[in-house]
Amino acid sequence: MSVRRRLAMSRPTEGAAGRTGSWRVFLPVIDRERCNQCGLCQMYCPEGAIDEDLNIDLNFCKGCGICANECPKKAIEMVREDR
Amino acid sequence: MLTVATGNKAVALAVKQAKPVVVAIYPITPQTEIVEQIAQYVSQGDLSARYIDVESEHSAMAACIGASMTGVRTFTATSSQGLLYMHEMTNWAAGARLPIVMANVNRAIGPGWNIWAEHTDAMQERDTGWLQVYVSTVQEAYDTTLMAFRIAEHNDVLLPVMVNLDGFLLSHVMQPLDTVEPADFIPPLHLPHTVDPKNPMGYGTLTGPDEYFKFRWDIERSMRDSLRVIEAAHKEFFQRFGRTYGFTEDYRCEDADVVVVSMGTLGKEVEVAVDNLRNEGIRAGSMRLRWFRPFPKLDLMNRDVVVIDRDYSFGFGGVLAHSIQAKNRTGVFSVIAGLGGQEVTYDDIAGFVKNRHIGREYWFGVSDNV
Repeated sequence: MSVRRRLAMSRPTEGAAGRTGSWRVFLPVIDRERCNQCGLCQMYCPEGAIDEDLNIDLNFCKGCGICANECPKKAIEMVREDR
Repeated sequence: MLTVATGNKAVALAVKQAKPVVVAIYPITPQTEIVEQIAQYVSQGDLSARYIDVESEHSAMAACIGASMTGVRTFTATSSQGLLYMHEMTNWAAGARLPIVMANVNRAIGPGWNIWAEHTDAMQERDTGWLQVYVSTVQEAYDTTLMAFRIAEHNDVLLPVMVNLDGFLLSHVMQPLDTVEPADFIPPLHLPHTVDPKNPMGYGTLTGPDEYFKFRWDIERSMRDSLRVIEAAHKEFFQRFGRTYGFTEDYRCEDADVVVVSMGTLGKEVEVAVDNLRNEGIRAGSMRLRWFRPFPKLDLMNRDVVVIDRDYSFGFGGVLAHSIQAKNRTGVFSVIAGLGGQEVTYDDIAGFVKNRHIGREYWFGVSDNV
């Protein structure tokens, strides 16, 4: 017998809201020369799309620009993406 | 044990005996005595609950929701404006299937600023998924609060319960109170969807059009099942403690030609009116509705029905009158009386019965009427 579901419950999964990367208008481009690997961009990324080596998963990056805004070295530039 | 208590104190006493683990309440007239009393129980060590001081009713309900999600018994109390301020969270409590018990001391809504009895505050919570019960005596306030925990926490219900008592007319009136030892009348709470820190999950998160309606139906399914659970609670209460309760309290209805339906303390006034009317040869009866949600089946066939609403839905009518008309397909004489604590005596009620005009609405005290 299946468990009676009274309340919607969910577990976090990768891409639970789909491939949010398809929403992107501006692409974050990292200048590795300027970057001092402080990791603030990873910490602030609302999608968890930046890994420990500071690579951005473009499947899920929405292009919100928070990483660029938070970067103390101004090492991330938001570039309009033509699709 | 026989004692004397106000309606508020009776509620607080029942809460103490039900032993909630978390209580979060914000004071508001005429409910404040409940807060004070429970705070005193906690501070004196008579109730070992976590008493959370909150800055608003919205937070009071939110705190109860958070606590209840951990699977513990919770209680809060409010009134009028406070209840309205809670409204977003009362919906959440029911939707999250949390058996929170709340005492609502019925009070009118401003403006004009008014602290006296009226049911419109609770009526505005009608469609939230809370069970609603209205009491008429200090004893009933106490007994019903005990039953509320048992009913809310039953596995077939798991919905919050609101115990309504009229502001001042009951909250601040002292009457004899016979207390009981509840023992295992309220079994331990087992919430099937208790949060588990070792197994983190999202609760009530984004639920799409393909799923949402299923959870709404489950609320309604539980509402319907609650009729049976309430009946069983009434029965068990009688067997253990000897006092009888039903969905309604019927007084001299069996052979009545005209039945007056009301809620709360007005129902007791109606009983006196019924006796007086019968002395004059008018076969009247009183049916005081206790449970408003779930709305019970009422036996009102083949007699005149007078409904007294201590509430109003603007542009529509008395909420109780229209609920009865819709559920029973019967015409009623709809009396709007007692708003904002307006005094309604048994003589006034006898007048409603004598001058009844089925199909009409009558605003008591408004000259010439509608």
